[in-house]
Amino acid sequence: MAEDGQEDLDERRKRLASELGALRKGQDGESGKKAETTANDRREMSKGLKLSSEFMAAIFVGFMLGYLLDKFAGTSPWGMIGFLLLGFGAGVLNVLRSVGYVAEPEDRLKKGGK
Amino acid sequence: MSNDPTHQFQIHNIVPINVGGLDFSFTNASLFMAVTVAAAAGFMYLATSKRGLIPSRTQSIAELLYEFVASMLREGAGTKGMVFFPFVLTLFLFLLTANLIGMFPYFFSVTSQIVVTFALAILVMSVVVGYGVYKHGFGFFKVFVPSGVPAALLPLVTMIEIVSFLSRPISLSVRLFANMLAGHITLKVFAGFVVSLSAIGTIGTGGAILPLAMTVALTALEFLVAFLQAYVFAVLTCMYLNDAVNAGDH
Repeated sequence: MAEDGQEDLDERRKRLASELGALRKGQDGESGKKAETTANDRREMSKGLKLSSEFMAAIFVGFMLGYLLDKFAGTSPWGMIGFLLLGFGAGVLNVLRSVGYVAEPEDRLKKGGK
Repeated sequence: MSNDPTHQFQIHNIVPINVGGLDFSFTNASLFMAVTVAAAAGFMYLATSKRGLIPSRTQSIAELLYEFVASMLREGAGTKGMVFFPFVLTLFLFLLTANLIGMFPYFFSVTSQIVVTFALAILVMSVVVGYGVYKHGFGFFKVFVPSGVPAALLPLVTMIEIVSFLSRPISLSVRLFANMLAGHITLKVFAGFVVSLSAIGTIGTGGAILPLAMTVALTALEFLVAFLQAYVFAVLTCMYLNDAVNAGDH
């Protein structure tokens, strides 16, 4: 009876140790992750600031190109309409690219160059 | 006039210079750019003049800055991009110093002028295109032509790529300029609330605590933005340089 109790205690101790170990590991991982996120915070924040301006800049460039084309070629208003749409496409491309859905141009070149 | 939040961005001549009908006057913007360059260069010179094995505090800051920019460039453009280290470090130091100098009351913040930021962005893009063409010849322009696209769509996609490329200097410059401009205006508006509220009377003075607290908080935020925008500009420069440096890696 007493031996049984001893074994039981050992078993329980082992279980507790393993459980504690798992918990500690999880905590370590969490705090490590936290440090990583603070390190990544800067990068993420800069990424967020990037997106808004990139979309609008592309539309603006499209508009300007179309406007100038119309002015010199006298094709008003078709140049502006076409280039505004192109600018919108480029804006979406910019955003998707900085989010990482579309490959950067130089990666593509690497593949194509080989 | 003292409550006009955009008054701080006005440019006025200090030394009027006219060359052949063109205005080359030395303005307050020129003055603060000169101050920025002098402060940044002077700090780096003084901090690295002793070059102790055990760095002093200022030397530590200089080393930190060096390491920071070096790792940023290495991450962004690889080891081959390190030829641009002086360029990126200068750019980053100039922007950071200009942004921080702009945080002093009564000082002019150079980076809130789109002329300045746009000139810097154009400089970056011309370095990218110039180096790309010099390094890879006209193969650099393959950047605009994606592979694996159906022939019918190729012209359209190429046009979109070109517009996307042209939008880079604009997004680069507008981001920095707009952030600095908006931040300074917000600060001024909230600080103006303090003055106009306390003119009302006792209740107003009590209420003025709120915008004052906001101003203090915004000042801290502006310091963050000042650093962050210089960082973003430098990081994006690294990314664009990556195009030029690694474009033709066969």
